[in-house]
Amino acid sequence: MDTIFALASAPGRAGVSVVRISGPDALSALSCFGISTLPQRLASLRMLRTSDGEVLDQALILFFQAPNSFTGEDVAELHLHGSPAIISRTLHILGDIPGLRMAEAGEFTRRALENGKMDLSQVEGLADLIDSETEAQRRQAQRVFSGKLGDIVQVWRKDLIRAAALLEATIDFVDEDVPINVRPEVQELLFGVEASLREQAAGAEVAERVRTGFEVAIIGAPNAGKSTLLNYLAGRDAAITSSVAGTTRDVIEVRMDLRGLPVTLLDTAGLRETDDVVEAIGIERARARAELADLRIYLLEPGEAPKFPLKHEDLILRGKADLFDGAEGVSGITGQGVDRLIDQLADIFSARSALVATATRERHRLAIIRALGYLEAAEAMLNNSAYGEDVIAEELRSAIRSLDSLVGKVDVETLLAEIFSSFCIGK
Amino acid sequence: MKHSDFDVVVVGGGHAGCDAAHAAARVGAKTALITLKMSGIGVMSCNPAIGGLGKGHLVREIDALDGVMGRVADKAGIQFRLLNRRKGPAVQGPRAQADRAIYKAEMLKEITDCPNLSILVGEVTDFVIESGRVSGLVLADGSKISACAVVLTTGTFLRGLIHIGDKSFPGGRMGDSAANLLGERMESFGLPLGRLKTGTPPRLDGRTIDWDILESQPGDDAPVFFSFLTKSTSTPQVSCGITHTNEKTHEIIRANLARSAMYGGHIDGVGPRYCPSIEDKVVRFSEKDSHQVFLEPEGLNDHTIYPNGISTSLPADVQEEYVRSIKALEEVKILQPGYAIEYDFVDPRSLDNRLAVNDVPGLYLAGQINGTTGYEEAAAQGLVAGVNAAKDALGQDPVTFTRSDSYIGVMIDDLTTRGVSEPYRMFTSRAEFRLSLRADNADQRLTGLGIECGLVGPNRASIFRAKMDRLEKGRAMLTDCVVTPKTLNKNGVKISEDGKQRSLYQVLSFPDVAIQDLVKIEEDLALLDGETQSQLKNDALYATYVERQQKDTEALKRDELREIPSNFDYGVLDGLSNELKLKLKVVRPSNLAQAGRIEGMTPAALALILSRLNRSLRERSA
Repeated sequence: MDTIFALASAPGRAGVSVVRISGPDALSALSCFGISTLPQRLASLRMLRTSDGEVLDQALILFFQAPNSFTGEDVAELHLHGSPAIISRTLHILGDIPGLRMAEAGEFTRRALENGKMDLSQVEGLADLIDSETEAQRRQAQRVFSGKLGDIVQVWRKDLIRAAALLEATIDFVDEDVPINVRPEVQELLFGVEASLREQAAGAEVAERVRTGFEVAIIGAPNAGKSTLLNYLAGRDAAITSSVAGTTRDVIEVRMDLRGLPVTLLDTAGLRETDDVVEAIGIERARARAELADLRIYLLEPGEAPKFPLKHEDLILRGKADLFDGAEGVSGITGQGVDRLIDQLADIFSARSALVATATRERHRLAIIRALGYLEAAEAMLNNSAYGEDVIAEELRSAIRSLDSLVGKVDVETLLAEIFSSFCIGK
Repeated sequence: MKHSDFDVVVVGGGHAGCDAAHAAARVGAKTALITLKMSGIGVMSCNPAIGGLGKGHLVREIDALDGVMGRVADKAGIQFRLLNRRKGPAVQGPRAQADRAIYKAEMLKEITDCPNLSILVGEVTDFVIESGRVSGLVLADGSKISACAVVLTTGTFLRGLIHIGDKSFPGGRMGDSAANLLGERMESFGLPLGRLKTGTPPRLDGRTIDWDILESQPGDDAPVFFSFLTKSTSTPQVSCGITHTNEKTHEIIRANLARSAMYGGHIDGVGPRYCPSIEDKVVRFSEKDSHQVFLEPEGLNDHTIYPNGISTSLPADVQEEYVRSIKALEEVKILQPGYAIEYDFVDPRSLDNRLAVNDVPGLYLAGQINGTTGYEEAAAQGLVAGVNAAKDALGQDPVTFTRSDSYIGVMIDDLTTRGVSEPYRMFTSRAEFRLSLRADNADQRLTGLGIECGLVGPNRASIFRAKMDRLEKGRAMLTDCVVTPKTLNKNGVKISEDGKQRSLYQVLSFPDVAIQDLVKIEEDLALLDGETQSQLKNDALYATYVERQQKDTEALKRDELREIPSNFDYGVLDGLSNELKLKLKVVRPSNLAQAGRIEGMTPAALALILSRLNRSLRERSA
């Protein structure tokens, strides 16, 4: 039995979001967050860490051992802080664990039913919910697949059907008037689909952010002028949409509307070596949040080397520009360089959101990643005559099935229709 | 129950009828096969060949259950070819040209030699119905035969209509009358009927063909048989010829399209896309200036040639003209013109997975009457209907097949869940577990089940058990021996030095490794016989895929075990849309897996059905 997981609370920003995991690997999956043992049916406050040891979030975790749970299986619930970045990262990590997969609509209910945890009247109540979830997913998919992305997906569908039909034709219609070696054409088709899938997989995260907003972390040594800069930005009444102080963490969040793009600015604890335990925790959180953010602004002293691995397009600026004359820098006191900074941020995020003709949800990303795995295997086999069309076709089938939710169902009738319209079958 | 003349009566002596009657008799039911005439038993009315892709798989499965088609085809085989020999064992399908006369004679012998089985000659005109259940048949002479269950395998005979050009006349097959009275009676049951058509090519006199200038297609040097028990051919082997249509052929056809029954608008039935008439090919693929034609001998002592690829419903004079435009057929004599036939079929969604009619207890349908085409599809259905009619009559548990255990299961599920829009033919692409459902392991998949339900006799059972023992022993040798890449490389098996320990069974799963390559490492492997060695190779080759699909098959099996009673009331389920309720009532799924495959089914709807099932289960056990 697969272990399944899903966001069990409403998507988007919220105080608390709940991710539910159900199945035999529910507990062992948590080891990916550095958690091994948990008491049963008791709330435990734990630090979730990524495999690199970075702190992802502090979460309340509940563990219910089978059969005493909602589904009757082992169930773990992660009560996370409701930041889209944290949730998306959590789902991302879970999705990458072998044997785990995202739950389909109604799947938790289905398991509860299988294990006698629900009766008809409860199900009738839930049926509407499941239907609306299914419907919401369908509408979501429709939104995603309208316009430019819709066209891309149609090409995937067409090319995958063609590739599968070619292979199936050589399998099921030998002795008929079909090409004998279809491998070059299949290869070309798969190559194109793979490239496009990879592009979308890279863009999918951007798409997620566009809907929920980009996060920008301001980082630097203590007293580099980070908080002053944030306060200055926050003081621009027109820009601020709302302000939420990070309650349990010492990371301050300010939400802004930046030329029409939702952006959240994060002020973090100054980065330095310290023996102070409390400060060390703060610094670790700062690092973790900064790592998760979409972009980092590093305020640097001249001659100082960044204490944080920076990524593509991250900005390195000189803080406290008011203290130095004419230098390329930014000041939260005089406002010097702030307009230029905002321009830069707007440019970067507009460019990133332009990439977003793309799949949005984690579900789609996982689907794409899975499909890519199968397609890559198929491609490798196409080049090796030791592998027969039977196994290549199987990889391709698996790929197409993984992409069901994106390209729509492709069944044997779809393939037969393609075969009969392309080839004159009829010995 | 009152005494009946027979437990099971099978109507029809074609491929479905023969395997139905034989299966019913094998499991111990007193069985009768009724045929219009004795010479109608085992007739191949279309092309003289058995097997192929998907179809060959079906024949292997029939054989694994001790059915008759495989061994009869082996006896009659005059040219054996294993299709897709180079494409991996999962998609290899055995095929053979069969000598019609030998096939018929051997089939008759199987039927007459079978204990519990009698042959009756007569025309069935009506059913006897007692308290809503079919309890017998009425023959044309007015006599009645009582039976606990009836299997109807009337093929294309239900209101069959033969078309040659603009002429048409009733008939079940060329030279045989149609079953019209029975057709009307079927209609009175209120069963949803549809109309399909199929076609045949003209039959040629082989003595008037210029064979010397033709490309010839010989059989395989080492023939692969249908039956797991066959060891050698029974007759001399022959070759087929290959020729091609040409522009002139196509011109003649185009010029006479209006005179074709198909294109003249005389036919309403839907024909198969994979078996188009030559008229269709010329019209739909007008860019092609040539189509290949296989010249298949109908028998060793028969000059008739079946030109596969040019079925037609053009008038006889046009047929002669276009056939004679083809290379090597310039002087050919047509023995019997090609024709199209239209016939009634019953929407198979009105059947359950035993092929029993939902609304008519005691009645089973198999073969073309269910909208399929092909001898193999018919025989496989015959077996399912026959064994279940027998089990029904004997008051024993039904024998059902699933998508994860057999092509038979795939076909029955496709038919009863999705229905048909054209004559249904098996393809390997229909099987989602294709890599597990192979022709080479049909016995491993099904013979055990066959022994359990009584279909398989003691002879095959003991051969099967011995084979399984040998396989088990060989598999243990392979799985018990775990080696490093270093050891493998040292012994000549090239593998990357990834430090991973592997069992020899895992090593064998690499496509380019054969058992012989491993003998240096595990000497005892040399003691295994060739058949066992190659079977182990086939099993290992797909082991990773079978494992990958395990979760799917397990989930499927779980849902298949959740049977939905045929009287299940979908009306009381509040959350179910009317559209789904309607679909469920038409298909009447036998289990939850089948329900899930109905188009438009939602997770919520399945949850509702499941919870209702759970409740009735609890109520029953309470």
